[in-house]
Amino acid sequence: MEGSTHKPTAVDGPRRTTSLLARRSPLAAPARQLEALAEVDLRDPSGESADFDVSLARAGVGDLRASKLEIFQVNVGKLCNMACRHCHVDAGPDRTDAMMSLETMDAVLRAMEISGAHTVDITGGAPELHPHFRPFVEKARAAGKHVIDRCNLTILMVRKYRDLPQWLADHQVEVVASLPHYRRLNTDAQRGDGTFERSIEALRRLNGVGYGQGDPTRILTLMSNPAGAFLGGCQEALERDFKARLLSDHGVSFDRLFALNNMPIARFLEWLLEKGNLQGYMQKLLDAFNPAAVEGLMCKNTLSVSWDGRVYDCDFNQMLALEAKTNDGQALHVRDFDPQRYAQRRVTTARHCYGCTAGAGSSCAGTTS
Amino acid sequence: METYYRPEDLKRFAEVAEGNKELARKFFDYYGEVFKAGALSEREKSLIALAVAHTIQCPYCIDAYSSDSLEKGADLEQMTEAIHVATAIRGGASLVHGVQMLEHVKKQAM
Repeated sequence: MEGSTHKPTAVDGPRRTTSLLARRSPLAAPARQLEALAEVDLRDPSGESADFDVSLARAGVGDLRASKLEIFQVNVGKLCNMACRHCHVDAGPDRTDAMMSLETMDAVLRAMEISGAHTVDITGGAPELHPHFRPFVEKARAAGKHVIDRCNLTILMVRKYRDLPQWLADHQVEVVASLPHYRRLNTDAQRGDGTFERSIEALRRLNGVGYGQGDPTRILTLMSNPAGAFLGGCQEALERDFKARLLSDHGVSFDRLFALNNMPIARFLEWLLEKGNLQGYMQKLLDAFNPAAVEGLMCKNTLSVSWDGRVYDCDFNQMLALEAKTNDGQALHVRDFDPQRYAQRRVTTARHCYGCTAGAGSSCAGTTS
Repeated sequence: METYYRPEDLKRFAEVAEGNKELARKFFDYYGEVFKAGALSEREKSLIALAVAHTIQCPYCIDAYSSDSLEKGADLEQMTEAIHVATAIRGGASLVHGVQMLEHVKKQAM
């Protein structure tokens, strides 16, 4: 059985909370999350109950369909040394139940090769904790793919993984690192006490092996999302602030910043419900609905594979168990992957999709691209 | 409960155009221009707005620019420093009049 061969590991890391699964929260079930979103009294400008596909149609966008597949995203498992308040994966130190098997990894590599995608985007959890992370990266690189490691930064400060910056640099892996803010307060509020300090030190180490200095083989991208129920601001303006402050306050540099909104699912959904913020946040996302953001959505050029080998339009749908459908309406396991059957497929949508289309107005293009 | 300030009225701001569309258009165009990034960043302008909002004690503005400051990437510590700037100027404005008092006292008292 998948996942059963992995023993729990006690890896050091900051914690803000514990997983929904560990707490046996009803919200651990994707169906309950979808229900909670559907229950929100959310009205579109015409006063009708908001529906994402209807919003697209009213904006003249039509069906949300995939275009050319460029990125193969792989969630190798939900095990993480951290437990962030907003985690949409419900990852954490206890999540050894959800780790990709070697068989599935091999199937992913085969699928990736026939997919035509130029990039393999490896995520988790902390993907580096997967015992086969390094061989997996090596095989993807050998197949000529650009590889992205979605890194929580603090893992690079754990003794066993301190050689990773050099190893990632040697393999020309792009590091996409989470850092909600260039100051401690909002970073630690979201990700746990001590996160900021360790993250800055990890960034220093990445800089030390050549990351974040404009070298296209050593790209360091930062990923920022708001520490609360507000929208991520203008990406370009935030990038300017992040670059200036991280350099002046801490002497660290990076190549580019992505600013994304928090998805109202999993632990962020739990937080919204606890604070009585769900209605207000959903309305905020709907009010900021921007049809121009649709072209840049990840579901247009990405397929996302879960630890158990299922295929999704994006990793948010993955967490909600909304599988991608082939053009003849089938959900396939990655071992049966056939790129033709997914070409121009209709993307599976629900109300959480408003999270990806909010903001990024014309003066601030590129937030979701 | 009857109250002069209702949070939902903030969203209805544009309705003030009803009595004079042209002046409203000019005001909102100007307002939009003011907050665009220029010599100051949008974040800096939002923090100034937040400080002014506290000075004039406008509940709508405090709601609006608390959210806006967060969205522009400010954190609670930066926002708190901004309103202390407003507080210092406001308090200082009282205190600096103490010189006038002092002159008065010096002239009248032994």
